[in-house]
Formats: sequence, structure tokens, C-alpha cells
Amino acid sequence: MINSAFRQCRDKNEAALITYFPGGYPDLDTSLDIIKSMADAGADILEIGVPFSDPVADGPVIQAAAQKALEQGISLKRLLEGLSEYDMGKPVLLMSYLNPLIAYGETLMADARSASVSGFIIPDLPVDEAAFFSDKATEQSLDLILLAAPTSSEKRLTAIAKNSRGFIYTVSRTGITGQGGAGIENVKPLVRSLKSKTDTAVAVGFGVDGPEAAGAIAGFADGVIVGTRLIRAFDAGEDVAALVRELKDATLRRSAQ
Amino acid sequence: MPAVEDVARAYDEAAADPAFIHAHENLLRDYVGRPSPLTEAKRLSDMLGVRIFLKREDLNHTGAHKINHTLGQILLAQRLGKERIIAETGAGQHGVATATACALMGLGCVVYMGAVDVDRQALNVQRMQLLGAELITVKSGSQTLKDAINDAFRDWAARPYDTYYCIGTVTGPDPYPRMVRDFQSIVGREVKQQLGSISPDLLVACVGGGSNAIGLFHPFLESDIAMVGVEAGGRGMSPGDHGATLTMGSKGVLHGTSTYMLQNDDGQVIETHSISAGLDYPGVGPEHAALKTSGRVDYYSVSDAEALAAFRLLTKLEGILPALESSHALAWIIREASFLKGKTVVMNLSGRGDKDLGILAENRDSV
Repeated sequence: MINSAFRQCRDKNEAALITYFPGGYPDLDTSLDIIKSMADAGADILEIGVPFSDPVADGPVIQAAAQKALEQGISLKRLLEGLSEYDMGKPVLLMSYLNPLIAYGETLMADARSASVSGFIIPDLPVDEAAFFSDKATEQSLDLILLAAPTSSEKRLTAIAKNSRGFIYTVSRTGITGQGGAGIENVKPLVRSLKSKTDTAVAVGFGVDGPEAAGAIAGFADGVIVGTRLIRAFDAGEDVAALVRELKDATLRRSAQ
Repeated sequence: MPAVEDVARAYDEAAADPAFIHAHENLLRDYVGRPSPLTEAKRLSDMLGVRIFLKREDLNHTGAHKINHTLGQILLAQRLGKERIIAETGAGQHGVATATACALMGLGCVVYMGAVDVDRQALNVQRMQLLGAELITVKSGSQTLKDAINDAFRDWAARPYDTYYCIGTVTGPDPYPRMVRDFQSIVGREVKQQLGSISPDLLVACVGGGSNAIGLFHPFLESDIAMVGVEAGGRGMSPGDHGATLTMGSKGVLHGTSTYMLQNDDGQVIETHSISAGLDYPGVGPEHAALKTSGRVDYYSVSDAEALAAFRLLTKLEGILPALESSHALAWIIREASFLKGKTVVMNLSGRGDKDLGILAENRDSV
């Protein structure tokens, strides 16, 4: 599913737009409605956050959203049940810290699959500890997407390139989610390095704070991941679907590469 | 995190470098005042019918065992060429020890501390600030130690190049659990020497993250001496009322390590409670989890009230104010004294209790 989403984008000479939104924020139904509206507005892949009490890779915006969602009683189980009732029309990925996935138990992969989930992004699962999880995911044809950072060693990048399925989640710079700003093109050499190692798609996230940054990344990467900016838009009462349309528009490459 | 790999590589090199080991030992002797005494608590022993030796980590410079591993880590940070040190702190003892080591070495220091802990450990907050540390009050989550660790990791992720994260206990990703254990093992090694021909029946220490306990236990693990770790039973055994990770928790992954933790059925970390900030943590060092699983060490918990009573008893009988953390270890010995009659027990008195006088005053009527 993930591979073919990237293939379709490539065929149309555009980068894939991957949107992140926390499941259960501000409540389960509203979050799934928002995510569906993002799919309808042009998002190519839907990343749904599984709220966690201790999200160490996330900035204050996602932390606060996760906490609110947990206070509303969200759990991975309820999220998967809710998802089963939706046809998102686009591939869905779960972004979760490791512990809620472990706590869910043995039926995780099968339940995720029956809720039409295509794969997982696990920010606190390093490549050298990932085998036990990726083997189980692969049994159910689910992708485990690994993260690469500007600080990752050459050896580590090689392992990530070899083992990541669906795409490689490239972190734009050192730090946590939601800290935007100039210089997002600085990730370009890292993207190039990964692309020289593998045919797997390479997407960039962390700090993509609007269509301009999305457009810049679309110039050299296969996908753009936007999260905090969308939560901010929702919190401010902005038209989230309209923002997704703008972001998608920015990922269309108007001149051939 | 590659920054962690750098620390592991540097530590492996340092641990094999006699000059590094020597520099650490010199600081422990000339700056900390080691070896710390092993005091036989005679009046307490007479009262309980148990021969009790106290390892006096409260007499270290800065007043707790934390200085043993912060000096080791700061020497390592220097070796790595780092100029900025970050740390988390619960009771403030690790924050004070880190700020002290940074003042000594002329390094910048930022300490993350939960807002709840800032309120209840005002004296240590003032000490850290006088030592030149920048104190960041953490207001996310439960506003205690685990949240301070979260924010310290976030800081390190943003500034991996110039910053060293000086973790305050035997948790976190490799090499921290074994590195902090190695730096703390001086405690058990000294005890071995100080006991001479006396052979103890039991070693007892409090366990939050578990650094002082592993420091006492580790050099004795090959022996047949029994060991007990004492956790924070708080105000009761309901979720959220205690910090008894090993006795009440289950296996999971937190802060880059696979260990026991306090969590709900969905894998969300539960907020903890303890009267002692240093034990108010929902995780525990992975080596303690392994020692529990293997059965080599037994873990129990005592309540806030029992710890307060132990604090008062030791103060009155021996003229020693124990930290509320260490008071948990003592409270277990007092509670179990009838089963320990005639035995010889070594307890790690991991820190001094001056910092807790405010809490003692607030709980004057609790016993």
C-alpha cells in the first residue's frame, strides 16, 4: 500500500504528502473525521498518532494534544476499533512509541491489519532493536518505517536503508517535532545519501511548517510529512482541509527534476 | 541516538584507561572525602536486636551518593569535548551533584526539575542556582522526575553536538545503566574493605531508579549475602499512590530501556507518589529488573508514614538525619526487625536529610 502510494506520486511527478494527526484529539470521532477530511483534501498517506504519556520525540504541541486525547480516554484498542468503521481511502500508518504497542499484546498485527492499517512508525525503536517487531509486522504484510536523523552514522544509515519498509522517515534536523524555521534544505545531503543506498522512498518530516517548506522538500525527497502545523491549524480554528490542499499543491513538481 | 553511541564508545575507552580511573579516584578522595565511614548504629542495634552498619554516603560532599557518578560522568563529558551539561533531578540531589561537578570543572549546567519537586525541594533549588546552574521547571505530565527526564532527552536531541546528558540513575539507554553502576560501585567496594572479618547477613538499600542500591550490591553479587531493595510504598498500593515499580509494576520500555515500570493496561505510564522526591519515579534500572527476575535480590516497599517514623528514630537514637529516600531502607529493617534478630545488616545511608526538614515539619502529626 505504502509503496504503491509513492509509486503513484512518482508517476505524476509529485512528492507524497503525509499528514500526521493524533488519534483521539480532541476526541476519537472528531479526530477520525479530520483525518478523513485530510485524505479527501489530497493527503496521500495518513499518519495517525497513538497518544503516549511520555512522548520524548515530540514538541509541546503534540505533547499537549496527546495528553488531551489520553484524558478523553483514548487507547490503541479504541483507536483501532474506531478506524475499522472508517474507509479513509488512503493508506494509514500508526505513529506510536514502543510501549503502548508492546502492552497491546500478541493480536496487535492482526488487529491493525483488520483496521486497514498499512504500517508503523516507532520513534523510540532504533534499527538495531527493530528485528523482533519488523518480523511480526512483515508476517501480516505491514511496513515498519524506520527513522534516520542528521546525527545517524554511516553504518546506521546503511542498516536503516536496508531494513526500512514503505519509506524512510528522515528527520530534517536535530531536535523534536514542531520546531520549524529556515534551513530545512540542509537535510538534502542526508536524503541524497539514503537514496544512493536504496530504492525505498525517502520522506522528510519534523519542522515542516507550511507550503513553502513542503515545496522545498518536494524538490529533492519522495515525500513530505506535516504534523504540528496541522494541529496548530486545528487549534486556531483554521480550515485544515484548505491547508492540506495548499500543502498538496506545494508537493507538485512543476518542472521536471 | 548516535550521541548515546558516542558516550558508550567513550566510556568503554575511559573504563580501560588507568589515567581516567585515577582522575576519578583522586576526585572521590580529595573532593568528595571518600572513603565514607561505615558507622555501627549501636543504640539502634540495641533497640532492634539487629546489628546495623550504616554506609555513610550522607557524609559525602554535597550530601549524597550522587556525587560519585556525576564526577565520573563529567570527566567523561570533558573527554568527549562537551561544554554544556544537562541533567534531570527529582529530590535535587543529582541536580546539586551535577551542578557542583560543573562548577568544579567550569562547564555550563542546565538542570530539568519537575514543578512539583521544585516546590518541595526549595533548598536544593537554591543550592543549584548558587552553583551557577540554569534551572528549568518542567510543567508537562506529572511534573516530577519522569517528565524532567523526558525534557532532558528532548534537549539532548536538539543539541547532541555540544551537550552531554548526565543521567542521575542506573536507567536510560546503554551505557548509562552499567556506567552509573560502575561509578557507584565504590560504595560496595569500600564496605567490603571496612567490614574486614565481619561478614554481613544482609545488604539493604532504597530503590528509586536504583543507583545507590546497585552501588552497594554490585561488588557482592557473587557472594551468598542476601540483598533487599526497598521501594516507595507511598500512601497505599492503589495505582498512582506509590512508586513501587518492581513490587507492583510490569515489564515495558521507558526512557530507552527495557525494564519494569508502572503502567496501565494500555501501556501508558502511571503517575507515582512518594513523600521522597528521589523515589517518585515509575521506572527502575534494568539491572534491578534482572536481579528481581533471577531472584538474586528481593524487593519490598514501605509507606510514607513508615519512612517518616524511621527518619525520626534514627535522628533521635544516633544523631543522624537520613534523607527520606534512605529512610525507606531503614523503615524496612525496623518493620522486619523481629525476623532479623541477631543478624548483621549493612544499610546504604544514601543521603542526608537536611533537605527534607520542610516535609518533616508538614507531617509532624502523621505518626
